[in-house]
Amino acid sequence: MKPAPSALQVRGLTKRFDRLAVDALDLTVRTGEFYALVGPNGAGKTTTLRMVAGISRPDAGSVAVFGIDALRDPVAAKQMMAWVSDEPMIYDKLTPLEYLEFVAGLWGIDPAVSEPAAHNLLTSLGLEPHLRERCEGFSKGMRQKVALAGALVHDPRLIILDEPLTGLDAVSARHVKGLLQDRVRAGCTVIMTTHILEVAERMADRIGVIASGRLVAEGTLTELRQQNGHNDTSLEDLFIALVDTKAAAA
Amino acid sequence: MSSAAALTWFARHELRLAWREWLAMMTAGRRKRKRAIIGLIGFAAIMHLPAYAVVGRFADLQAPLDKSSLIIITATILLAWALMLSQAIESVTRVFYARADLDLIMSSPATLANVFSVRIAAIALSVIAMALLLSTPFVDVLVIGGGIRWFAAYGVVVAIGLSAAAVAIAVTIVLFRLIGPSRTRLVAQILAAIIGAGFVIALQIAAILSYGTLSRFAVLTSDAAASFAPDLESIVWWPARAALGDSEALLLLLAGGLVLLGAVMAIFSPRFADTAVRVSANAAPSHQGSRSTAFRKGSRQQALRRKEFVLLLRDPWLVSQTLMQLLYLVPPALMLWRSFADSTLAIVLITPVIVMAAGQLAGGLAWLTISGEDAADLVATAPLPASRVIRAKIEVVLIAIGVIFAPLVLALAFASPLQAAVTAVGVIIAAASATAIQLWFRVQARRSQFRRRQTSSRLATFAEAFCSIGWAATAALALVIPIAAFVSGLMTAGILAATWKISPRRG
Repeated sequence: MKPAPSALQVRGLTKRFDRLAVDALDLTVRTGEFYALVGPNGAGKTTTLRMVAGISRPDAGSVAVFGIDALRDPVAAKQMMAWVSDEPMIYDKLTPLEYLEFVAGLWGIDPAVSEPAAHNLLTSLGLEPHLRERCEGFSKGMRQKVALAGALVHDPRLIILDEPLTGLDAVSARHVKGLLQDRVRAGCTVIMTTHILEVAERMADRIGVIASGRLVAEGTLTELRQQNGHNDTSLEDLFIALVDTKAAAA
Repeated sequence: MSSAAALTWFARHELRLAWREWLAMMTAGRRKRKRAIIGLIGFAAIMHLPAYAVVGRFADLQAPLDKSSLIIITATILLAWALMLSQAIESVTRVFYARADLDLIMSSPATLANVFSVRIAAIALSVIAMALLLSTPFVDVLVIGGGIRWFAAYGVVVAIGLSAAAVAIAVTIVLFRLIGPSRTRLVAQILAAIIGAGFVIALQIAAILSYGTLSRFAVLTSDAAASFAPDLESIVWWPARAALGDSEALLLLLAGGLVLLGAVMAIFSPRFADTAVRVSANAAPSHQGSRSTAFRKGSRQQALRRKEFVLLLRDPWLVSQTLMQLLYLVPPALMLWRSFADSTLAIVLITPVIVMAAGQLAGGLAWLTISGEDAADLVATAPLPASRVIRAKIEVVLIAIGVIFAPLVLALAFASPLQAAVTAVGVIIAAASATAIQLWFRVQARRSQFRRRQTSSRLATFAEAFCSIGWAATAALALVIPIAAFVSGLMTAGILAATWKISPRRG
């Protein structure tokens, strides 16, 4: 039997701006996995994920989403994906419900399916009292929740999140984490960048450490510890050790 | 730091901010500012030519003037004042809503009334600086043609700038008190648009109703205006006398402006802080969206078009701009109404006005829908090709233009079917040209950055304006001298082609 394709397979991904941002990166994320991408500021995490999501084009390399070549057939790949950035980009003059209706429409979801899903999502994120208020007065946390609901309303198989917990209070952050874990349990794949190493440590099945545009370490927390010969160290210590080593090598 | 030193320091800070904001607006934030500034100076030099055409013949005017001349000069100064007031209202609103430093200032141990007095002065200064800049070519032409006594006109600009800033601050704060911060923003924008255009339009309407012409000078130079005007010694003529070099009138005007601004500072500075607090407290206006809750079926493009229409309908800029375009259409509509009775050739004038308005409005709409995409990442990650996204957005612009201008063209069809047909074609071509230019020069931006759209590409702005003017002229000429319309159309198409050739999105 043919094995199920990986949720994401990136090979030799390269992007240069003023400097090399992503340097021939190889990355594989398995289906149904919660994958955390961590790294220092400017390591190339966001650039990598933006190329995967089809927002920017790589200079070289390939991106396959569930076996579909995302560079050759971006529409088919995008149909299965959702992207949430750290700076929630929503429309100030739309209400959360109108925003979700628009997103569901863009993904071509039947309103009979998307409408109850939208209500459920917004309710589970604590936005029920604000369903019909325009987003212009929302706090950053509320905007982030609306953006997240938008990403989930079309039931994507691969969810890519760039610092999704930024600006959220503890209760909201717990809601979001719970929602993402539920999705993973339902068979969805989640790739998330985060600076909060504790979140990566607790939630991720596997963690990738990226520095200077290259993947410098990857595995479960136990595997990362074994690779570095520290069996009882925290991810934070491991991360600092890995990034320092990379910086020293550079 | 002493209180006076702190105020001086804050004034310097305000001036630096105003300067950088102005520079960023003029150079669109580009690093190659030297080139942008040289371009601006070049533009100012070129502006002396139209300035000569407009005011050159007045350079020899000598005091004492007759009433007609006094009326024309006073009306021109009043128009300049109205435009300054419009700009000042916009500046004051921006200070409340857009300045990110209000929290910092209000949490500092500085005396807020003093700090806001400086801010009020800075607003006045920026309004005056802009007015001086715009009036320079006109005053230069007068000085070159009529002697150094015309330098006094700069003083008049300063004096009316002071009073315009003072009135704008008072009006905006009173609006805050009367209708609240969330409505003030929209009302102030509409008010600024109406004040800017209202004076000229009112004169045109008076001219049409009284003399059957669009020329506002017909009213100003009429016997009726002269008979209603006050005596030659009246203070109403001080601005005109001051502009002609009457130093006593100029000093009195400057003193009046300063006293007015000082009074506004004394009365409103303490309330400025209050108002700012109310704005931030009302940062979460609970505008309700559509009452309809059911999600609607449709294609992905329909979803995009629906979203664009909802956003356009809820856009305060668009409301004020559409209102202004409609205001500009009132005089030609009146002409049309009068022309039903006497079938004059003047009805032809309606066509270029409509075509020009369609081009300008389409340019703004196209920027809002194509460049002003607040959720660019979302649209970029949606499963539909970029070409279909663009197509849906263009359709929105053209449909909106159709909805706004179709009733006017239809009304015109009752008077002259041929003219209506020419006007309809002109509207379509002008709208399509403006949309195409916005498409070729598109940059990703937030809708709230609309104010700066014209500085993001000066080339696109000029091309859009020249094309609108060109197609308006072509449509008018098509009705009276068809062969000239052919030449004018070719020239405008040439401008469009040249714009495409140098645009960044060519091909």
